[in-house]
Amino acid sequence: MTMSLDVDGLCKSFNGRSVLRGVDLHVEQGEIFAVIGPSGAGKTTLLRIVDLLLPAEAGAITYDGREAPIEAAPRLALRRRLSMVDQNPRLFRGTVFYNVSYGLCVRGLEGPELRLRSIQALETIGLLDRLNARTTDLSAGEAQRVAFARAVVFHPDLVLLDEFTANLDPANVTILENAVREFNRATGTTVILVTHDMFQAKRLGRRIALLFDGHIVEDAPVDQFFENPRDPRTRAFVRGEIAY
Amino acid sequence: MAGDIVEITLLSLFVSGTSTLVATAIAVPVGIALGLREVGSQRLLRNILFTLYGLPPVLAGLLVFLLLSRGGPLGFLGLLFTPLGMVIAQVVVVTPIVLGITMSVVATVEAKIKDTSVVLGADSGQLRATVMREAAAGILTAVMVGFGRAISEVGAVFIVGRHIEGQTQVLTTTIITDIEQAAYTHAIAIGIILLLIAGLVYSLLYRLQERTLQ
Repeated sequence: MTMSLDVDGLCKSFNGRSVLRGVDLHVEQGEIFAVIGPSGAGKTTLLRIVDLLLPAEAGAITYDGREAPIEAAPRLALRRRLSMVDQNPRLFRGTVFYNVSYGLCVRGLEGPELRLRSIQALETIGLLDRLNARTTDLSAGEAQRVAFARAVVFHPDLVLLDEFTANLDPANVTILENAVREFNRATGTTVILVTHDMFQAKRLGRRIALLFDGHIVEDAPVDQFFENPRDPRTRAFVRGEIAY
Repeated sequence: MAGDIVEITLLSLFVSGTSTLVATAIAVPVGIALGLREVGSQRLLRNILFTLYGLPPVLAGLLVFLLLSRGGPLGFLGLLFTPLGMVIAQVVVVTPIVLGITMSVVATVEAKIKDTSVVLGADSGQLRATVMREAAAGILTAVMVGFGRAISEVGAVFIVGRHIEGQTQVLTTTIITDIEQAAYTHAIAIGIILLLIAGLVYSLLYRLQERTLQ
């Protein structure tokens, strides 16, 4: 129910513009690891490569010490151990229940267990009363909470959160952050959180890395990162001297 | 006369309904695969498809006629001048239309829906099913347009069916022969029936489409 992740020398460019220039990262099993950095630093690209949605140009990623297989069946098996939520999730047409149970259905779960686990996932984000609501009737905050429940209902080993509370009101941010903490505590699932919100990284992360200009500049436990940063760019970022 | 009209109407519904169903069964899976870019030579296939959009029904009728005629490769089936032969002709006319619209609808399903499905663990079959569900309203539109083409089509069914009394008469070919015989009142009555059928079928499909949009 958990996974370690190692990223070694990861490179990626788009239309000749280098976005990731040799990213190195180690994420322990069961930890909440925050990656912060200014907009355009390559945070989303990093997550999309880790989630097997984008190919890397160079470098290696290992999941529990193993590279992602190329063959379809084992690659799908690995993909099913991962999950992701981004800042503008797209819900499927239909009900909240259909959306939340989707990941369980594709894994072959059905009947009472499917319903029970979907209900439990909705309870953790306080939306049980919206079980049969149409997704078109949800507010932005509710939709984001449903997207989170949908992403964790099948208990992935690694959850990737990409600016997952951006543009939400404080009440919804609090609900979602509590849900992440509770989910991590209860299941031991590894969480990688990407955000440009330093305060959220501080609230949720146990370790933090600064991704700047396509590199990991510094990677440290939360207290050390904020109180005693080693790299001058981290100091500048923490002091708010770098626009983000 | 009334008995004839009922018989002609039922045969029209059978020929157009069956051809639309067969065309849908062929065109929807292929259209989804093309829309998801799972098939190579996309540009060539699209060009062929768009050319077939404009396939004149009389040309489709001629091709099917040659295929099914006694000396043709499928002549041994004995389907020329039969309702089944007319169904085949209409399938040739309708399939490119349903396929092309399905392909366009699937291609416009947001990339994010496809990504989300993959991120949540869908395999390729489950991804196709999800895209089809998201595009259901558009695919229904393709079916509606296909049925509209089939029920109003006259050239292909006339060539392949020959409008044989009591065997291959359908509403559109009846209007043609009525005009030839100056039976305008009868032709108008058949035309009204044609419109009523189209209205009824479209209202049913429209209701179905509304439900899928919710």
